[in-house]
Amino acid sequence: MTEPDHGGLTVDVEVTRGSFTLTVSLVAEPGQVIGLLGPNGAGKSTLLSAVAGLTPVSAGRITLAGQLLDDAELGTFVEASGRPIGFVFQNYRLFPHMSVADNVAFSPRARGQGRQAARAAASYWLGRLGLTELADRKPGQLSGGQAQRVALARALAGLPSLLLLDEPLSALDAGTRLDVQAELKRHLADFSGPCLLVTHDPIEALVLADQVVVLEQGRVVQQGTPAVIARQPGTDYVAKLVGLNLYAGRADGSAVTLTEGGTFVIPDHGQHGDVLVAVRPSAIVVSTGPPQSSSARNTWQAKIAGLTLLADRVRLDLDGPPHALADVTPAAVSDLSLDPGSQVWLSVKATDLEVYSRSD
Amino acid sequence: MVTRSLRPAARSRLTARERARRAARGGASRSVPAPLLVPALIAVLFLVLPLAGLLIRAPWGRLVAALSGSDAIAALTLSLWTATVSTAISTVIGVPLAWVLARTSFPGQRLLRALVTLPLVLPPVVGGVALLLAFGRTGFVGRYLDSVFGLTIPFTPLAVVMAETFVAMPFLIITVEGAFQSADQGFEEAAATLGARRMTVFRRITLPMVAPSLGAGAVLCWARALGEFGATITFAGSFPGQTETMPIAVYYALENDPDAAIALSLVLLLVSVVVLVSLRDRWLRGSPL
Repeated sequence: MTEPDHGGLTVDVEVTRGSFTLTVSLVAEPGQVIGLLGPNGAGKSTLLSAVAGLTPVSAGRITLAGQLLDDAELGTFVEASGRPIGFVFQNYRLFPHMSVADNVAFSPRARGQGRQAARAAASYWLGRLGLTELADRKPGQLSGGQAQRVALARALAGLPSLLLLDEPLSALDAGTRLDVQAELKRHLADFSGPCLLVTHDPIEALVLADQVVVLEQGRVVQQGTPAVIARQPGTDYVAKLVGLNLYAGRADGSAVTLTEGGTFVIPDHGQHGDVLVAVRPSAIVVSTGPPQSSSARNTWQAKIAGLTLLADRVRLDLDGPPHALADVTPAAVSDLSLDPGSQVWLSVKATDLEVYSRSD
Repeated sequence: MVTRSLRPAARSRLTARERARRAARGGASRSVPAPLLVPALIAVLFLVLPLAGLLIRAPWGRLVAALSGSDAIAALTLSLWTATVSTAISTVIGVPLAWVLARTSFPGQRLLRALVTLPLVLPPVVGGVALLLAFGRTGFVGRYLDSVFGLTIPFTPLAVVMAETFVAMPFLIITVEGAFQSADQGFEEAAATLGARRMTVFRRITLPMVAPSLGAGAVLCWARALGEFGATITFAGSFPGQTETMPIAVYYALENDPDAAIALSLVLLLVSVVVLVSLRDRWLRGSPL
């Protein structure tokens, strides 16, 4: 089997580290940003490490632009230093004893350019990322956002064919994160090769990635565009991340019988068999009595298990069946005297229920 | 109801200053119990008194005369350059060995590490005897050096350098090995992803990052080499101007010219103080190497 020489990355591997096994198969096209989303310990960083050549794979192969990087069966392995990659590490790992300019010149120099050429390459990339005036600083004298840009400049200065970013924004405080994120998006758009971006922040994945791969416990549990992931989460983990209620059930006609108990009636959803139903917490209407005249077709009783104050609303944790998270205004909490333990009625319009087939 | 009164010892006066200290930094009383205080004071006296004696007995008036007499300058010169050369040799061959011990694993590594650090605990005289048996004119290596190259090592300045290196290099090796082990290897991974091969990583990342420890190890090594006595006198002898180093000169001067011995000792004491000051960031603050 030969991969088409299109500049893309193909990964079809198993990586074993102690008792943990990561099984991933993915393709990243040139210019495409793949967001690897998952909880801690899902294997995201292990995957980057394998692609970078810092961890050999236990089975399978990795190719980049038709070039074999790692193949457990053939025994082929290209050392990290021989792979045309740029890696932005989680805490950047800027060399503390070198100036910003020397950090950025490191890769051109290590890849065989002369001192002058490496310095010129460094000043080009420093200019491109707006870092020229920081060239003589040491990494210890940089702010988080500046260090992030230097790390990106250092990775890009080696003219990589593949970019790997490990939680590039996690070391930043909330204030600078949005600015740096917007900037990073611009630079990623300029990069012509494939890019893998690890994150556990769904917003980051949704904003920066063209395609999202969700990893849980070493396995790919969902793959799709950010829009699909956000609207139709495949697992409870993703649903929680994107803030949706998620129910598994069986569709039969317009009725969906939920696994945990309860039924939704949703006309014309066009699905059969095992399905998932997603609904926004703000789409669920909470009332103290049975709703009277309402266009909502689905109502059920629930008990309040807990209340959490979010920025401008209160999130109710409700025991069903089915269970639900519902958002109400703080005023509603006092008007309806909602307390833990009190019984309420929930209703949701059929049009707010997103039904889709379960992919696995 | 019976209230138990506080034991008298538990009640004491607390000055405003001490109150402020405890409030700011927390922690209990700083007073030292007598069973600890008395031995501690004895230890201080034991360490400080001899040095004070050296300063009190010093012939301050004719210090320069005592030093310029006969062999003192030659001994000092010999000691300084042999200690420096053996430190240089220790760095050139000891740092790679420290890296191998810290970063690789192979069968017999533990044994090798034990052998390398053995000179730390070995009586230096034994080291001198061992060197003599290996590199002496009839030693199993020295025999061939003598017959093939006409090279005779014992009782030459080269023998001084070898004796000092043998005894002092382990200080450098264990200091640098610890630094190699504790250095953050994440930086080396980063360098590899940037295209650097292993030797480039070593030269441009690892070595600069252990530089402070290498400096400390080199100073320790140099100080140990400067003070070397047992291995040197056994393997290199004590020919004035040839192999008579400062410590050996002090030892012989004590018999016929005590003032010169004291003056030479003061010079060595001064050098030691300079060494200690140069290491103060690492030692005097109580942090480990």
